[in-house]
Amino acid sequence: MTDKKNKATDPKTYKFDTLSLHAGYQPHKNAGSRQVPIYQTTSYLFDDVDHAAALFNLERGGHIYSRISNPTVAVLEERVASLEGGTAALATSSGMSAIFLTVMTLCEAGDHLVVSSQLYGGTVNLFRLTLPKFGIKCTFVKPRDTEGFKKAIQKNTKGIFGELVGNPGNELMNMPEISKIAHDAGIPLIVDATYQTPYLCRPFEHGADIVVHSLTKWMAGHGSSMAGILVEGGNFDWMQNDKFPTMTTPYEGYHGLSFAEEFGPTAFTMKARAEGMRDFGPCLSPQNAWNVLQGIETLSVRMKKHCSNAEEMVKYLLGHESVAWVSHPSVPDHPDHELAKKLLPNGRGSMIAFGIKGGKDAGVAFINNVKLASHLANVGDTRTLVIHPASGTHSQMDEATLKFAGLSHDMIRLSVGIEDIDDIKNDFEVGFRAAKKPRLVSNQ
Amino acid sequence: MKFQVNGSEVFASTGGRPFDKNKPLIIFVHGSGLTHMTWVLQTRYFAFHGYSVLALDLPGHGLSSGESLKSIEEMADWVSDVIDSVGFKEASLVGHSQGCLVTIECAARNPNKIKSLSLMGGAGAIPMNPELLSLAENNDPKAVDLMMDWAHGPAGHFGGHPVPGLYHINTGGMLAKSRTIKNTLGVDFRACDNYKNGFEAAKKIKIPTLSILATGDKMCPVKEGKKLADLIDGSVVEIIDNCGHMMLLEEADRVLKVLKQFILKNYPSK
Repeated sequence: MTDKKNKATDPKTYKFDTLSLHAGYQPHKNAGSRQVPIYQTTSYLFDDVDHAAALFNLERGGHIYSRISNPTVAVLEERVASLEGGTAALATSSGMSAIFLTVMTLCEAGDHLVVSSQLYGGTVNLFRLTLPKFGIKCTFVKPRDTEGFKKAIQKNTKGIFGELVGNPGNELMNMPEISKIAHDAGIPLIVDATYQTPYLCRPFEHGADIVVHSLTKWMAGHGSSMAGILVEGGNFDWMQNDKFPTMTTPYEGYHGLSFAEEFGPTAFTMKARAEGMRDFGPCLSPQNAWNVLQGIETLSVRMKKHCSNAEEMVKYLLGHESVAWVSHPSVPDHPDHELAKKLLPNGRGSMIAFGIKGGKDAGVAFINNVKLASHLANVGDTRTLVIHPASGTHSQMDEATLKFAGLSHDMIRLSVGIEDIDDIKNDFEVGFRAAKKPRLVSNQ
Repeated sequence: MKFQVNGSEVFASTGGRPFDKNKPLIIFVHGSGLTHMTWVLQTRYFAFHGYSVLALDLPGHGLSSGESLKSIEEMADWVSDVIDSVGFKEASLVGHSQGCLVTIECAARNPNKIKSLSLMGGAGAIPMNPELLSLAENNDPKAVDLMMDWAHGPAGHFGGHPVPGLYHINTGGMLAKSRTIKNTLGVDFRACDNYKNGFEAAKKIKIPTLSILATGDKMCPVKEGKKLADLIDGSVVEIIDNCGHMMLLEEADRVLKVLKQFILKNYPSK
């Protein structure tokens, strides 16, 4: 029971649903416009040369050029930072560019990362094939192999990266334990929490130091716009060791600025913007930032429906004769069921992986015959989405890599939407009927 | 930069420029439980425009070593010692909140050493809410959450940080949680609560003084700031509307503009 005596001194800072609608924006500074304006501009007038110099020297805040920052995009950045409980954020043109900028802000050639093996296929390729071209090597560890993360850390390791719930097999990283391993080694834990959104999990509360999102997915929800973001927790001490000299020593690219000394809990974001965004340039367009903001306004409402529909679909699939197995953290025999209760108290998410009896051919027939569920390479849309990873998102992997990533040929990845649950089930019945007789049913 | 004061290592930001003993010195003193980082949108301007800047971390705060000082009077003497330690004979002081109490006391004790005084969100006394004080002294993070709530005005609660991508309340909260709360915020709040000499100290101040106050400041309301300013001969008062106690970040540009005009006039750089 709440102690009424303490209520007067309870903080009155805005809560999640209010922040989803308001954070980062002050109408009185924008002609009273209730909606966030779209600042469709490349650049911003300087008052005089002194003002210009002040902005370039980071003497004062403000905008110079929309590759570096933009007022509409800044509202989105603050909004997501507030929802995550972070100090600062930097929005990017996609989730992949958020991961790339995070790595390039953290690492230099010769550095090493420890990475969860169960990731989106594009992320696997970035870590396995592309980053080595920049001299950054990675060791992959299965997400449930907590001790393996510790063993994989080398002298030149600069961080641990993983998806909180791995794509597409729904394996959870034990974030509290892995963050302790990272912090004992003096390195940050970076978590891709795209599947959860801050409504389901705020990774900073479980030891993460940097969170990345593809905002394209549940955060936006509407499937209209590409966007990504990196968010800083502000708790990581970059000065605790000599592993991060570009954060802690004078940086030639900014008049000898030491990001950690000058900006402390926002140092990583400041560096990612001042160096990474300036030099690589994967900026988010103001129109897309605005589109994502529209989605975030209803984030908690949508996530509740996503999760309740997903739990209904789990029950339906578990009882279906055409289904060989179902993977979702809500299933009691899921290996991470208890961990998910702790890390995802508001719902276990709307991503389900299931195996269809009949293997690859049955999977292909199912995918080709559902009509309401959309077959496409995205997740987290308000509409229900399905894909056969082995022939789609992860098709660039060889057999051994597929196996290491926890994939099988009978696996179907389902992103449950917020349609009427009966309509989704009815649609799946059509798919399952076709899967039983794959050669006899048209795929038109 | 790091330097020694009374045998302990002190950190101060120099505003992104090398510390230069040939330029006039401005010292910035932070508020309760905070660090030099609260001044980032004022210090860099002065450092790039002809001044030597020290945005201090008080002992036991931020990157400075040692234990937190237990009284405003000790902090005032320590600021005076800082000036000596870096080889200067005089300085201009800028304080925020608790930093105002410290700089008032320092200016009153050192009339020939302190050349101008700029106070942000200041008052002659800052009695603490007993529950807030108790939470801080008991190391309860709720003390920081409450302070961030009360320290930001209605607009600041929504965000709108002048630096793109930064979120006010969480950034301030993380600064205040960067060291053990009871050893920083708890000690500072008790020092503020115990300090009774602010109005007497103000009467002794004969140097140019600026008070920047904010209409939405719940912690040091405008009327309290004016009461203090009225006791200082010739002091200038500037009021920032639609802003809370954290004016140096919430309305950084407006604060900098007022501060620039005052310092350039009363403590010019060569």
